[in-house]
Amino acid sequence: MSGAPELRDSYDVAIIGAGPAGMAAATICAGAGLSTVLFDEQPAPGGQIYRAVGETPVRRPAVLGNDYWYGERLVHALRASAAHHVPGATVWSLSRDREIGVSIDGAARLVQARRVIIATGALERPFPIPSWTLPGVMTAGAAQILLKSSGMIPHGRTVLAGSGPLLWLLAWQYLNAGAKLDAILDTTPRANRKTAWPHAAAFLLSPYFRKGLRLLLSVRRRVRVIADVSDLRAEGDGKLQTIVYRVGDGAETRLPADTLLLHQGVVPNVNLAMSVGIEHRWDEEQLCWTPVVDGFGGTAVDGIAIAGDGAGIAGAWAAEERGKLAALAAVRALKPDARRDLLPDEARVRLALAQVERGRLFLDRLYRPADRFRLPEGDTLVCRCEEVSARQVVETVALGCTGPNQMKSFLRCGMGPCQGRLCGLTVTELIARARGVSPAEVGHYRLRPPVKPITLGELAALPKSEVAIKAVVRG
Amino acid sequence: MTAPDVIVIGGGLHGCSTALHLARRGIRVLVIEKDHVGRHASGVNAGGVRRLGRHPAEIPLSVASMELWHAIHDLVDDDCGFESHGQVKVAESDAEFDTLRRRVEEVRTLGFTHEELIGQDELRDLVPAISPHCVGAIVCRRDGAALPFRTTLAFKRKAESLGARFIEGTRVIGLSRASNAWRIETTDGAHEAPRIVNTAGAWAHQVAAQLGEPVPLEVIAPMLMISAPMAPFLQPVLGATGRPLSFKQFTNGTVLIGGGHRGRPDPETNWTDLDFTALAISARTVWDLFPVMRGAQIVRAWAGIEARMPDDIPVIGRSRTSENVWHAFGFSAHGFQLGPVVGAIIAELIATGHTNLPIAPFDIARFARPSSS
Amino acid sequence: MFQRLPDAGDATLSITVDGKPVKARAGDTVAATLLAAGIDHCRTTPVSGAPRAPYCMMGVCFECLVVIDGVGNRQGCLIPVRDGMAVETQHGKRELER
Repeated sequence: MSGAPELRDSYDVAIIGAGPAGMAAATICAGAGLSTVLFDEQPAPGGQIYRAVGETPVRRPAVLGNDYWYGERLVHALRASAAHHVPGATVWSLSRDREIGVSIDGAARLVQARRVIIATGALERPFPIPSWTLPGVMTAGAAQILLKSSGMIPHGRTVLAGSGPLLWLLAWQYLNAGAKLDAILDTTPRANRKTAWPHAAAFLLSPYFRKGLRLLLSVRRRVRVIADVSDLRAEGDGKLQTIVYRVGDGAETRLPADTLLLHQGVVPNVNLAMSVGIEHRWDEEQLCWTPVVDGFGGTAVDGIAIAGDGAGIAGAWAAEERGKLAALAAVRALKPDARRDLLPDEARVRLALAQVERGRLFLDRLYRPADRFRLPEGDTLVCRCEEVSARQVVETVALGCTGPNQMKSFLRCGMGPCQGRLCGLTVTELIARARGVSPAEVGHYRLRPPVKPITLGELAALPKSEVAIKAVVRG
Repeated sequence: MTAPDVIVIGGGLHGCSTALHLARRGIRVLVIEKDHVGRHASGVNAGGVRRLGRHPAEIPLSVASMELWHAIHDLVDDDCGFESHGQVKVAESDAEFDTLRRRVEEVRTLGFTHEELIGQDELRDLVPAISPHCVGAIVCRRDGAALPFRTTLAFKRKAESLGARFIEGTRVIGLSRASNAWRIETTDGAHEAPRIVNTAGAWAHQVAAQLGEPVPLEVIAPMLMISAPMAPFLQPVLGATGRPLSFKQFTNGTVLIGGGHRGRPDPETNWTDLDFTALAISARTVWDLFPVMRGAQIVRAWAGIEARMPDDIPVIGRSRTSENVWHAFGFSAHGFQLGPVVGAIIAELIATGHTNLPIAPFDIARFARPSSS
Repeated sequence: MFQRLPDAGDATLSITVDGKPVKARAGDTVAATLLAAGIDHCRTTPVSGAPRAPYCMMGVCFECLVVIDGVGNRQGCLIPVRDGMAVETQHGKRELER
């Protein structure tokens, strides 16, 4: 393959994130004849769900499962298209007039686009239990990445804990790969079954149902599953040594462990979208912030759309369909005379989307994480970067800090490099509970670029502009 | 609830300081803030507490304010994160050093001694990490920096403890005379008081316009950025001569870089757009002056919404068109250090009708159009 | 504690971690390499000096910060390992350029 094409200063369409939404959108935009760039942080396309699908060392398809290998199709289509895929590209800023700040190989560039599709997907919901910062404690998603990208499985005493389909999927993939799992601690609240039940019918019709059920039963046959876990903490000196848990109102059980893999759902990765000023609203069903978007993922910021899980958690298949819709809108805006046969049929895309979204509410209700695992207490760290505890957050509300931004100033929570990705939801919910108001009223961190750190050297080497040199105020 | 004697429009530092000093005099005050206290320039600035480099008109106020800063805990029951390791303004060339020498002479002539000229050796002692090409500096040894949001909130809390009232999330939409008082219409009902103070920051010109005294206020968005924590290398706050810079390292190791490069504000939505090509210029300045920063990581940038007057000094004093109205706004990106004293001045003016500090240069009348004949 | 599946192939690259030689597999990230080598923690925090190890493996948690070839604050989970790389535990605050 010849060397990568030179990155241009401007494109018709810039897409950020090469997961299913981003790949689908890039393929369509490029196919319609728009100059298209796809920035992605990872070394290869696929996002998280199809991580390393082009290069995984785990070649036996039965290990990772068909749903994973489906991603290969998207990667092939992307590679066959004229879209310029730029791996190892960290986007650190996006302006309201669609100027993108991106770092590639340690050099920062500014790239202009006429339309932008943010497809940065999701990340794990924080799972703040006591000592969750100990080495040896990781997310289930991290474990999946190690498996897919590096063919690595845990050894020693390994426990999965939490709630949600991904936990079961990981367990299934691990068992297929020959990993030994000591236990799965299921923190799904019993009470969720009652609230989920009314929506079960829709779920029965969902493509996820039969797959999910088979997977679940297969795992339950082979691993000890402890349900109704009401309390959970990690313990150890410098690294994880013991997991302590409680079932219902029962006594504590101590479980020696080397690796604890946590998961309680995924939430939209909102940092880039929030930093452009895209409005987000609190979703009480999914307990997270989701952007305000129209039927094509369009936002109130002209020319910027959001596709995939970043627009609301709905899974990989939904992400792909939403990527198509965002691409359609971009093509219609920039090239209204594009050939119809090069574009997906909108009605069919919407039908497919409706089918894969069916049963979502059931899953959301069934796997709604328990309050106690979203709202830590005492010395449990809320902000990992700045080591701020739950107690400190609650005490600071009493000092008159009514929201996360004021709290930043007092506790530094949210001011570390992760920019609130691991603490934002927890802080908002803790403040809401302490004040007795809704998270919607409390609000979220005011996120600003760079949404990923850049070095002083990279910034210093950005091209000068005459206007910038003149526009200075004596401070 | 008894009606206030004074309504203060704008809950930034100057509004909170005014409220505090009025409350200390037993005057009933209500502060009306459209977002939350310290939301804008007051809460997000570089926190510089300096007399160094001030416009001559500001020097007497700044010197007086510095005394308040050094006893800030007595004033507001909070140390506001104030640290005093000096402020230093470096010269990068002999020509710049001459500029600094002339400046120090000018300040001396005015009767002030807080600015001292130092040579390369002493500069190296005070700022060991400075690039060797710097030839000297002005130092103000008792200058320093504080935490802006914490400071503003401390003034608010102390004022409240002395009886001042604050309402937030409430925007002023109209001013009118009603019998012997001012009537303030807000998004949450009307309030009345015999006296009002305009400390509305980047929105102060809207208030002034309602009073029939429009001012050429420019809304600006000075940008700042901050690094990941670094091993300690800098005690004083640093500025430069030939190019804009405000540079400071916190105790937690993070380094704050400001310098007056501007983003784009949208005062109607509280949004600011950052300009990274302009921030790049600040980055290059830091690269040149502090080689130790060359591996630093920038983790965040932001810009507050601030008011600038064309002559870069604020408006302080009585309204020229209306009875019982006072102004304190337009601090042009250097109002933080003046906060403690300006509130005292306004309170003194309201209570006694005069002040000993020289505020004539800040008269709003300087912007009055000559009346058309 | 993590181990490689036989499918993963051999670790044919050589890097150093705090000066000690470590085998690495082409295609792995620095963070994955450290985990495969059984290295307990990759950094200590600037606030309290607590040991931390990679947590999310996808670039959002910033726990995997390491010094690579003299440059600190690098997210190990985003950087493919290269033969001859020198990786060091990142201790506390960022050390200054010399």
